[in-house]
Amino acid sequence: MGNGFVSRGFQRRRRPPDELADRLPPGQYVEPGFPVLTAGPTPHIDADAWGFRIDGMVGQEREWTWDEFQALPFETVPCDIHCVTKWSKLSTNFGGVSVDTLLEGVEPRGDFAVQYSYGGYTTNVPLADITGGKAWVVTEHEGEPLPRTHGGPARMLVPHLYFWKSAKWVAGLRIMDDDEPGFWEQRGYHNYGDPWKEQRYWGD
Amino acid sequence: MGGLAPPPPVEQRAPGRWQVGTVTRIKRETPRVKSFRIDLPIWIPHLPGQHYDVRLTAEDGYQAQRSYSIASSPLDEGGIELTIDLLEDGEVSPHFHDVVVEGDRVEVRGPLTSYFVWHGESPALLLGGGSGVVPLMAMLRHRRRTMPELPMRLVYSVRAGEAVIYADELGDDAILTFTREPPSGWSGHTGRIDAALVAEAGVEPGIAFVCGSNGFVEAASQLALEAGFDPEQVRTERFGPTG
Repeated sequence: MGNGFVSRGFQRRRRPPDELADRLPPGQYVEPGFPVLTAGPTPHIDADAWGFRIDGMVGQEREWTWDEFQALPFETVPCDIHCVTKWSKLSTNFGGVSVDTLLEGVEPRGDFAVQYSYGGYTTNVPLADITGGKAWVVTEHEGEPLPRTHGGPARMLVPHLYFWKSAKWVAGLRIMDDDEPGFWEQRGYHNYGDPWKEQRYWGD
Repeated sequence: MGGLAPPPPVEQRAPGRWQVGTVTRIKRETPRVKSFRIDLPIWIPHLPGQHYDVRLTAEDGYQAQRSYSIASSPLDEGGIELTIDLLEDGEVSPHFHDVVVEGDRVEVRGPLTSYFVWHGESPALLLGGGSGVVPLMAMLRHRRRTMPELPMRLVYSVRAGEAVIYADELGDDAILTFTREPPSGWSGHTGRIDAALVAEAGVEPGIAFVCGSNGFVEAASQLALEAGFDPEQVRTERFGPTG
C-alpha cells in the first residue's frame, strides 16, 4: 500500500469472517483446503526407514528411529499456517513432538539451525524461532497420519513463519553458528519469512 | 549440439519492486484462458519458468495478490505476457477476465524465484497439464528463438479440444493428449499421460519440468523418474489455488 494506485473496477469479492480477519497476514487469503506445493517429485519415505537427528554444533548429537520417536511426549498443535504463495489455512491441527523436547540434553552451541530433509530440501531458521514452544516435528494432521504429499511421515511445523520454513520429509536439524540460506532462501525467497511483515522475497 | 552458444546468462538478483505496467494486448486463448501482454517501465529479463506477482487494489484500499507464470520469452523485451486461467470463485482472475481491457494499468512485481527455471539445459522434457503449460511455453518459445536444434519436447495433457492454450503455436516439439473430449476428427493421443507417451517424446534423461494440478504432477513426475530422470532433475510446480 501507500503508492495510491487503484486498480480500475476492482472490488473485494472475498471477505473472511470478522473473527478471523485479524488472523490473516497482509496479502493472504483464506484457503479451506490444504494445497500441495513441492519443488520436485514426492519422495517415498517409509516410517520404518525414517529417522530424525540433531547434529552440528552441539554438545551431544541425538538420533531417533520412528519407534523411538513415537515414545516421546506427543502434543496436539492448533495453529494457522501461511504459505508464501498467498493462501492461509486457519484453525488447523497438527500432532507431534516439540523441538524443545528434542533439544533436551543436546546443548546447542550455535544460534542457527538448518532443517534438512529426505530428498535434499533445506531451510534455515534462527534457533530462537524453533525453541520456546514455537516449533514441532509433526507426524499427524487433523488426527490422521501426515499424508506423504504434505511431508509424511514427518515434517517440521514452524507456524509463525511462512510455510516453506516448515520442511517436509524432515530428517534432522543441524545446529550452526552461522546463518546459512537454505533451498528457497538461495533461490529468491526471504531469509527469515515473517508473514506479518510480508517477508516473501529477497529485499522485502 | 554443434557448437550452439548457450543463452546469455541472466544474473540471479532480487526481484524488482512493485511497479505499474500497462496492458497492451489481450488474447483469448480458450473460453476460460486469456493472455495479457503487460509493458513495464522497469523491465528485467527473466528466466523461462519464473513468475510475477500481481496485486489488485480496491478504492477502499483492500488488496489481493496472486502469482502468475510468465509465458513469454525474455527476448520479448520491455514487457511480459501472463496467461491467466479463470477461476470463477477467485478474486484476481475474474477481474482480469471480466474487467481488464487493453490500456488498463496493473501493478506487478517480478521476476520471482529461481528453481523452476530453464537455464538452457538439455535434453529437456516438459510435461504440462491444463494451464500448467504456461511456464513451459516460455521455455519452448525461448528455445525456438535461441537454440531451435536443442532437444526439448512438450507433452501436453488437455481436457478437451476447446481447452488447448497456444493451439496455434504447438508444432513438432509438442505432443498433445486429450483426457476427456478430443476435437472431432482427432486421430492423436487420448487419455492420461503414460509411460508410452513419455517414451514417444524421445527425450533422453536430462532435465524435466512438470507443471499442472497436484494429481497431474504426482503422476507425471513419477513417469519421468521411471523413464530414468534423476529426482533432482525433475522440477515440479503445482497449482496452488490461484484465484
